[in-house]
Order: sequence, then C-alpha cells, then structure tokens
Amino acid sequence: MIDKIAASATQALAHVPDGATVLIGGFGTAGIPEELIQALISQGARELTVVNNNAGNGDTGLAALLAAGRVRKIICSFPRQADSQVFDGLYRSGKIELELVPQGNLAERLRAAGAGIGAFFTPTGYGTELARNPDGSPKETRDIQGRSYVLEYPIHGDVALIKAEAGDRWGNLTYRKAARNFGPVMATAARYTVATVHRVVELGGLDPEAIVTPGIHVSKIVPIERVATRAAGFRQEGVKR
Amino acid sequence: MSGYRPRTKLELAQRVAMDIPDGAYVNLGIGMPTLVANHLPADRDVILQSENGILGMGPAPSEGDEDFDLINAGKQPVSLLPGGAYFHHADSFAMMRGGHLDICVLGAFQVSATGDLANWSTGEPGGIPAVGGAMDLAIGAKQTWVMLDLMTRQGQCKVVDCCTYPLTGIACVSRIYSDLATFDCSSHGLTLVDKVDGLDHAELVRLVGLPIRR
Repeated sequence: MIDKIAASATQALAHVPDGATVLIGGFGTAGIPEELIQALISQGARELTVVNNNAGNGDTGLAALLAAGRVRKIICSFPRQADSQVFDGLYRSGKIELELVPQGNLAERLRAAGAGIGAFFTPTGYGTELARNPDGSPKETRDIQGRSYVLEYPIHGDVALIKAEAGDRWGNLTYRKAARNFGPVMATAARYTVATVHRVVELGGLDPEAIVTPGIHVSKIVPIERVATRAAGFRQEGVKR
Repeated sequence: MSGYRPRTKLELAQRVAMDIPDGAYVNLGIGMPTLVANHLPADRDVILQSENGILGMGPAPSEGDEDFDLINAGKQPVSLLPGGAYFHHADSFAMMRGGHLDICVLGAFQVSATGDLANWSTGEPGGIPAVGGAMDLAIGAKQTWVMLDLMTRQGQCKVVDCCTYPLTGIACVSRIYSDLATFDCSSHGLTLVDKVDGLDHAELVRLVGLPIRR
C-alpha cells in the first residue's frame, strides 16, 4: 500500500545527507515550507547547496538555516532584500557562495531537470554578465533563426521542500493561490520531495482535474496545522508584523 | 532657456496608462511602473500578470483583508479579479519568454538610444547583485516600455548612447516614457513621440546629448 504521509517533518527529513542540493519553494511570504526548514535545521545536514528564489528574510526559515552555517552555496535570483541581513553578512565575509540566476532561467532549469532535458537555449540573459559561468568564462551561446540564446543546464535537487495546500496518501497535491510558485517544478526536479499540506484527504477527495502535482513527484507529505501566520497566508492577529 | 514643468509621477503613470490598449496582457515592474495600474482607463479590460504566477491581478485589498498567499512581485498583498488564474513559476516565465505578454513596463537606470536596458545593477563594488525577473521580462514581452525620470539627480541623462551599467537586455526597449518626453527607440536611435509643453526640441536634444528625430 502506498502511504506517503509522514508522522512528522523530522521523520520525513531523517536521511538528508551532508552536501545535498536542497530545493526550497517559496516567493516572498508565500509558499515557504517553514516547518520543513526548521526540521532540516534540527536534522543537522551540512555543506548544503540551497536553491530558492531569495536568500532568506529576517532571522527565521531559510535565514536561520544560513545563520546555522549549514549552507555552502545558494542558487537564487534575488538575494538582496531589506531584511536579508543574514545572507548579506555571510556573503560579504566570503562564507557563502552565490550563483545568481535570472528568475525565469531558474524556473526553467528546474523544469528541465524534472523533464529530462539535457540543456536548453534561452534568450534571457544573453549579452549580460549573467551569461557567464561562475569561473568567469562565457556560457555557450548560439544564434537560432536570427535570435541569440545562452545555453543553460538543469538544476537537479537531491531533496525538494515545498508547501502545498491539500494532499492524499498517494502524494497528489493542490496549492493555494500564489503560494504555488516554485512548488510544482521543484517537486519534479528532486529525487526526494517532501511537501507540507494543511489538509489530508482520502484518495478521490481531490478533484483529478484540479490536481497540480501528481503524486509520482512526491515522496512524503507532512500534515501541518494551519495557524494564522503570514506563512500560512493569513495575518496573525495581535502579532507584530 | 524655455519654461516647462516636468510630468509628476502621477502624470507619467497616466501617460503610460493612456497607451495601453483594451485587451492587453501587461506586466508592470516593481517601483514606478506599479503606479500605472491605478490609472488604467475604466472602459478598458487590461489583464495584469505577476511573475509569481498570477494573471488577472487586482488592486491591494483593504487593511485587514490581506492574504499573504496572494502577493505581487514586490511581495505586497494584492487581489485576484473574477476570471483570474494561478499558475506555477515555470509557466509564468514561459508566458513572458514565449512572447505572450503584449507589454511590460519597467524602471531603468539607463536605456540606450537603440533600446539596450540597464535596470538591475549599478555594478557598485561590494554590492550584492540581485536580478529577479528583470532579464526575462525585458526580452520576453512583445513590447518593453521603460518609465523613468529623464535626468539623474546629478543632472546626467538616463537615455544614453551606450549603457555603462551592467545590461539587463540588448535592443529590447521599444519606448521610453519620461517626465520630460516620450521616445521610441530602434536600431536608428531615438524618435520623439511627445514632450511636455514649453520644452524646446533644441533644449531636449541638449539635455539628452543625442540626435532625436521628429
């Protein structure tokens, strides 16, 4: 019997090895799997490469993972924010490596990984500083039918941590509003995908026409109580924002 | 010296909004372009896209009604219009890169007369680079418009012969809306679309320092 529902986030993340590439969903406040990041901090894996759109905000979640010294390298599109002080400090003191990727190339490199694409030519970034490899050498380019493209390679994850809305024991997932963001592509791009859900339903309880991530892409589901926080989509009354 | 008054930010947003046709699919960049949403003529259906997976984005909800699963690219709470849709990030950027958006409006540090755009980094040493969706937007939409104050506070023109800041995209901007004038840009350089009352063509050419065809 297939039952992907984990007893806890801790159990779901017990086997994340040192040096793993971890894809973490989320964009701004929406879709960040806070409970899974917390569990990863407790689990203790080190020398991680993290892929996320940003590089942590404030001092919780991804920022806390960075502050704990667990991350060797971050691949993201927009690290610098008003409250990205943890990343800023590590970057300025040379304690973390940054691979800056235009956001659409980031999404497509993840999609390519999940779709078995070996590499792809994209017009995004052509002629810019980001059409260079980390060592400064130019990325391969090609002119195709009068347009110029850069060759980009997939980003494969060992683990993906994502936040969904509802799921069943086969791992089928739906999302909530713009909290969907990177979740569906990251789920396909990792060998082991863990999703939090606010609701677990019986098989057949999700409309097959509305399932966004089919269960084949999901390894474990962690049910999480919906408490009223920004990370859960709602403002927490009486709590400082 | 001619007497003229620059467009205010609000007037500039109105000027851009006036040119967005009924039925257009549009992405408004972070910062000044976001203001355009407030000035779209009520008799036009304009569908706004947000890079984080929203089509049919509506205005900010009232205080207390925010839903932080529903935010725009600037991470501010927004709403969804009836008929709106959600999709994942790879689909959202395929929508841009695939040329499905009619217009995107972006801010800029510099734009060249031939439409090169620099809007993501000033290349300052020690700065932390961040690009977000700027490069995808710049080259993806059918038309990329830029919205800016023509001159820097130091009195340098942001429309230049050749960008000195790191590029976002090459020959991607087709129109520049500024507080003093509106230009088309192409491989032939700048063409004047309009300018504020009282600003002589000669004075505008002096400020820009480049040929401007009428």
